[in-house]
Amino acid sequence: MASQPERPVLLTGWGRTAPTAARVVRPRSAAQVARALAEAGPRGVLARGLGRSYGDAAQAAGGTVLDCTELTGPIRLDADRGEVTVPAGVSFERLIAHLLERGYFVPVTPGTRQVTVGGAIAADVHGKNHHADSSLGAHVRSLTLAAPTGETLTLTPDGGDAELFRATLGGMGLTGVVTEATLAVLPVETSYMRVDTDRTDSLDATLDLMSRTDADYRYTVCWVDLLAKGSAMGRGVLTRADHAGPRDLPPALRRDPLRHRAGSPLAAPPWAPPGLLNSWTVGAFNAVYRGAAPRRRRGEAQPIAGFFHPLDAVRGWNRLYGPHGLVQYQFVVPFGAEDTLVRIMEGLSRAGAPSFLTVLKRLGEGTGGHLSFPRPGWTLAVDLPAGLPGLGRMLRRFDELLLAADGRLYLAKDGRADAETVHAMYPDLPAWRKVRERVDPDGVLVSDLARRLRLL
Amino acid sequence: MRDSVGTVRTVLLLGGRSEIGLAIVERLVREGAREVVLAARGGVAEPPAALAALGAKVHSLEFDATAPDTHTATVDGAVALVGDLDVVVDAFGVLGTQADYEADPAAAARAAAVNYTGHVSAGLAVAARLREQGHGALVVLSSVAGVRVRRFNFVYGSAKAGLDGFAQGLADSLHGSGARVLVVRPGYVPTRMSAHVDPAPFPATPAQVAEAVSAGLRSGATTVWAPRVLAPVFAGMRLMPRPIWRRLGR
Ligand SMILES: Cc1cc2nc3c(=O)[nH]c(=O)nc-3n(C[C@H](O)[C@H](O)[C@H](O)COP(=O)(O)OP(=O)(O)OC[C@H]3O[C@@H](n4cnc5c(N)ncnc54)[C@H](O)[C@@H]3O)c2cc1C
Repeated sequence: MASQPERPVLLTGWGRTAPTAARVVRPRSAAQVARALAEAGPRGVLARGLGRSYGDAAQAAGGTVLDCTELTGPIRLDADRGEVTVPAGVSFERLIAHLLERGYFVPVTPGTRQVTVGGAIAADVHGKNHHADSSLGAHVRSLTLAAPTGETLTLTPDGGDAELFRATLGGMGLTGVVTEATLAVLPVETSYMRVDTDRTDSLDATLDLMSRTDADYRYTVCWVDLLAKGSAMGRGVLTRADHAGPRDLPPALRRDPLRHRAGSPLAAPPWAPPGLLNSWTVGAFNAVYRGAAPRRRRGEAQPIAGFFHPLDAVRGWNRLYGPHGLVQYQFVVPFGAEDTLVRIMEGLSRAGAPSFLTVLKRLGEGTGGHLSFPRPGWTLAVDLPAGLPGLGRMLRRFDELLLAADGRLYLAKDGRADAETVHAMYPDLPAWRKVRERVDPDGVLVSDLARRLRLL
Repeated sequence: MRDSVGTVRTVLLLGGRSEIGLAIVERLVREGAREVVLAARGGVAEPPAALAALGAKVHSLEFDATAPDTHTATVDGAVALVGDLDVVVDAFGVLGTQADYEADPAAAARAAAVNYTGHVSAGLAVAARLREQGHGALVVLSSVAGVRVRRFNFVYGSAKAGLDGFAQGLADSLHGSGARVLVVRPGYVPTRMSAHVDPAPFPATPAQVAEAVSAGLRSGATTVWAPRVLAPVFAGMRLMPRPIWRRLGR
């Protein structure tokens, strides 16, 4: 029995580019998910979380989008086993607050708390600890998947259907709808980080310092300034950290060391003129940001929220990019391909690309997810105004450099690459398709991303 | 699907031999479109070599503007060839001469059928598909001739006026559906079709029309004029007293 056809809703990713319309359904239980899958129309079904993927991963033009943010319920922490079982629609915001109160932290967090557990698994997200701990998929002990065949499957890394488990990590919602997951948790003594900060003066210095000292910290990340000219291009602010113990805190904070202050975010203005973020305004921001960072500081206690999710302090900051929206370009190149990394950074710098979020990180071992992004190497993420003239052409040139260097793009950030490029970057795609066809023989699951990149 | 930098993958041209239409298609291919369907009566046996040279796969499709019963099938045929239609360019039409039309009322009605009613059935067939797929743009080639109809070409002009109004209404009906309509109002464009009429002020080349369309598709505009100056020019023309308007030659 088909439910009333509702008015379609226009959806975009976090970049606010390329809206497409879909019917939105809000399942509140696994049973309602199963029903929505069974009632799929000819244009298919897709799960969506909090829409924090940048491009078109969480849209399904003309189809049905399952907004999974109401797939919530109790969070069950099992301290003895060091794991937490959580419904897939729960946000990292809520999960982190729940865990910290009890002396635990998530094994991996992306740069925003505004993601759902399901969305994080579907993108196999990585955090600042990737070099030490790999991505979220490495910490998923089990997950429940509603498949279009009508089955509800419990998947584990080495259980009966380990292949489908792998295909789901980074599978961008195309293997089924995750309704619940059990994740390993990390015991912590405080809700603070012990942070070392260093300012570097050149790209070489940045790369060198990161290469030498990554192994000394659980978390590292470097913000780089691409708008600085000449030898200063690629100068950065490197932060490296570990979870703080009570003794790392100033006395005033020791009384309640697990107190978690997420703060209420400031709101960005709802509308910004096109071109607000240009190489002048962003260049000025970069100079101020860098100037405000200490040249060298050791052992500073920073609250978890400030260290991991600084952008969450401004709600709706993506709107600052104006009506054309923004594109994030994130790639990884293997260690040894530094010349490609440098060429792309120089290309961005020459184009005067006004990115005030340029983040460089070293990645460690992957999880084996067929379409999972992380692999050992350097990853750079750059935010660019989508209306930047010549942007498409420039990024296509970068894609070619990546292909030649055995690099790859991150699907959760992409909204513009072409199918051939992505197929070459993900050699496990044919194997993934085989697994997928088994759980979705009629091709019910689909997304704009999957159509654009001909993943299915 | 339009991608995040505004590039589209598939284009259907209704009026597959239209010079302006082909210029728009070529422009979109230069910007990254990869699959093109040229739809015209008898198909398009020899598509411009430039399209394939730029890396596009070009398909040909039968399309008869005067056979409204076939228009839904034409759209379905295009979908069968390339999948979702990212941009549909509605560019078919005939110009003719006013004097001939006045001498042959039946010929005038046939021209009006191509220039107006053919677009009604084709436009609605395209819109139904775009609505169903939840995305896509229909580019409708209107004309300044329809903005205020003139004595010297009122058969053609009145059809364009009807088309322009139809396209605007269609745009409103698609609001919120993910699909959109871009109304293009070129002035005088020297092409094969217009070779027999005297040049008018503010001409635009097909490539300039194409550029305006590309910019309009990117910016989310609902209307573009080519050249742009025609917007204020025609705002003034609309106010011109009828006795003067009547006497305007071109
Ligand atoms: C400011 C910011 C910082 C970020 N930092 C990082 C970072 O450091 N590292 C990183 O890896 N990523 C990062 N991201 C990207 C983000 O973590 C991923 O895009 C994540 O997938 C978003 O989760 P979501 O719940 O918003 O999912 P959505 O964006 O809504 O969906 C993403 C994908 O998950 C699928 N999906 C959603 N829910 C389910 C479900 N229940 N079952 C199956 N599939 C589902 C969707 O179909 C889609 O393919 C960042 C994004 C932002 C905006």
